[in-house]
Amino acid sequence: MRAEDIQLNRRALLTGLALTTAAVGAARLTVTEALAEETPTPAPVNDLTKLPRRRVDLVPPPHVHAHDQVATAGPEIVEFTMTTREKKLVIDQDGTTIPGMTFDGSVPGPMMVVHEGDYVELTLCNHPDNTMPHNIDFHASTGGLGGGALTLINPGEETKLRFKATRAGAFVYHCAPGGEMIPWHVVSGMNGAILVLPRDGLKDGQGKPLKYDRIYYVGEQDFYVPRDKDGKYKTYDGCGDAYADMLEVMKTLTPTHVVFNGAAAALTDENALPANVGETVLIIHSVANRDTRPHLIGGHGDYVWERGKFSNPPLTDLETWHVAGGSAAAALYKFRQPGIYAYVNHNLIEAVDLGATAQFKVEGKWDDDLMTQVLAPTAIDG
Amino acid sequence: MTISLDFRAAQSPLIPALLLCGLSMVLGVESGVLTPPRFFPGASVALPTTVVVPARNFAFRAPGEFQRNGNPVSSPSHVVEQQAVEIMRFQVTAADYGRCVTAGACEPAHPRHSGAGDVPAAGVSFNDAQSYATWLSSRTGQRWRLPTVEEWDFAAGPMAADHGTQSPGSANDPSVLWLAQFDEQAKASARDGEAGLRPAGGFGSNQFGVSDMGGNVWEWTSSCNARTTLDDAANLISRIEVCGVRVLEGRHRMPMSAFVQDAKGGGCSMGIPPDNLGFRLVREPGLLERVTGWLQKMLGA
Repeated sequence: MRAEDIQLNRRALLTGLALTTAAVGAARLTVTEALAEETPTPAPVNDLTKLPRRRVDLVPPPHVHAHDQVATAGPEIVEFTMTTREKKLVIDQDGTTIPGMTFDGSVPGPMMVVHEGDYVELTLCNHPDNTMPHNIDFHASTGGLGGGALTLINPGEETKLRFKATRAGAFVYHCAPGGEMIPWHVVSGMNGAILVLPRDGLKDGQGKPLKYDRIYYVGEQDFYVPRDKDGKYKTYDGCGDAYADMLEVMKTLTPTHVVFNGAAAALTDENALPANVGETVLIIHSVANRDTRPHLIGGHGDYVWERGKFSNPPLTDLETWHVAGGSAAAALYKFRQPGIYAYVNHNLIEAVDLGATAQFKVEGKWDDDLMTQVLAPTAIDG
Repeated sequence: MTISLDFRAAQSPLIPALLLCGLSMVLGVESGVLTPPRFFPGASVALPTTVVVPARNFAFRAPGEFQRNGNPVSSPSHVVEQQAVEIMRFQVTAADYGRCVTAGACEPAHPRHSGAGDVPAAGVSFNDAQSYATWLSSRTGQRWRLPTVEEWDFAAGPMAADHGTQSPGSANDPSVLWLAQFDEQAKASARDGEAGLRPAGGFGSNQFGVSDMGGNVWEWTSSCNARTTLDDAANLISRIEVCGVRVLEGRHRMPMSAFVQDAKGGGCSMGIPPDNLGFRLVREPGLLERVTGWLQKMLGA
């Protein structure tokens, strides 16, 4: 390229820029006149080279990595790494399997926690043993199909995405590699949640701080397992083998399994979620594909962000809350009574027959004032 | 600035010599190939009508994603010296494919759209197309295979879309190339109001006599999807192929997992989906044919 070409190009570029600036300036003037008192102030742009960096190792659900509920300093860049894994998943107690797809090997994928104004910097790896391209769409991020347009990687590749967490709330993330691959990857397990906390922590509707002693992360997953001629669930060697059959079941919109954390009974019995009387628990319930309605049998939602976004005041004293497919809800509850609490999708057919049940195992002292058995079961008198 | 990206194996001058050496050994075995039978006993497998597209040089953009200095760029154009290719005049038809299914050698097709007459096979995956090629080869005693992307573009001539964009992309704005590619794909795949299947030949022929390239049935190629990394001067740093994903050709190119029979749209981050997935095959000349052709060329010259 000759020097004068560069000159010309640069001049053309500068002219173009000048024109654009003039046009934007004119548009802003009009807006300013119309909304005299509501001129938007541009968001502050941080010098990323000066921001502190922190590396966080993710932990599998229902647990969540250690984090501060109230930010102790200014914004930071929080670094995470996740690896997509295609692997066989056992999804019920009969040993039914699907050729699953996962973020970091679990369904749901691990939860990331940052504060509003922080930067999420995710290194996404597509494991070399995988067969398909994967990517990640963060509902918490802005533009680029939620990051999906910038993160599509082949097996054996890695990529790094950084986005600013500009809104506080619990948000779903999921794989979105285009076309029919999107729902298929999502219902094969490729979804999870990120929690963006307000810098000054959670608040009730009146500005009073709310704290939690424990946090649990429940991902609800619908599976669509094809059956053979005899009605038995089919098994497949790999994802590609199952694709056409699974699509047929998916299109019925009738899941064969609706489970918490990747399998029926993943959060019951010896895997029941422990808590103590007097402890406050934050339950994040994420669901990437279908609407659901969590209910804590014997308990309530003291404070519930049904849509999961903390700039809205929480609803209080809920019996059941609604979680829209493609979102995550946050519910805060203080256990007041010991015992086993079933935590269910209150479509009870899905809870009991399809698998959407978890349990809390709560220890402590029984409160007779709240409940007492006045008469033990006995033959009806008279 | 010279961009040199030749992904084809170089033609070795040794090959004809080696073929000559082997001639005496294979003459007995391949003596039937010179006058191939039109039908095979026991099954009505007609030899497909083919077109020989003569050798020429043509401008080509390799498939897959390209990045330069970490930024997405369009695939650089370079000149490919392509030898003659014998390719099916029409796409494999639903009736042809059905015979392979009946024979138990191919999975059933699942076409999304129908059409009247001798329509092309649609709703077939790359794996299905491979099965068909294997079956047809065994039934005819000839070597049939899917074309590479180069061969497809070569045979399509002006019917092949230019897969570059006018936009050079931007080093600090990923949306520039993204939006430009979207616009060009949208233009290339602009519907003429129907996705239904037309009978073979319904979309016309090009100057080589190859029909229906760039119609509403996209065609599988044997080429793997790939990511190519170029340095500042556009020299090749690496090209990593992913063969679970193959390249579809048609009004626009599209990478697609090899097991997919029907490319769906909606919330698509990877371009506008093809209406129908089908294929056509190329025929590899047998050893004897190659030697004969070479001898004829030598004698003629």
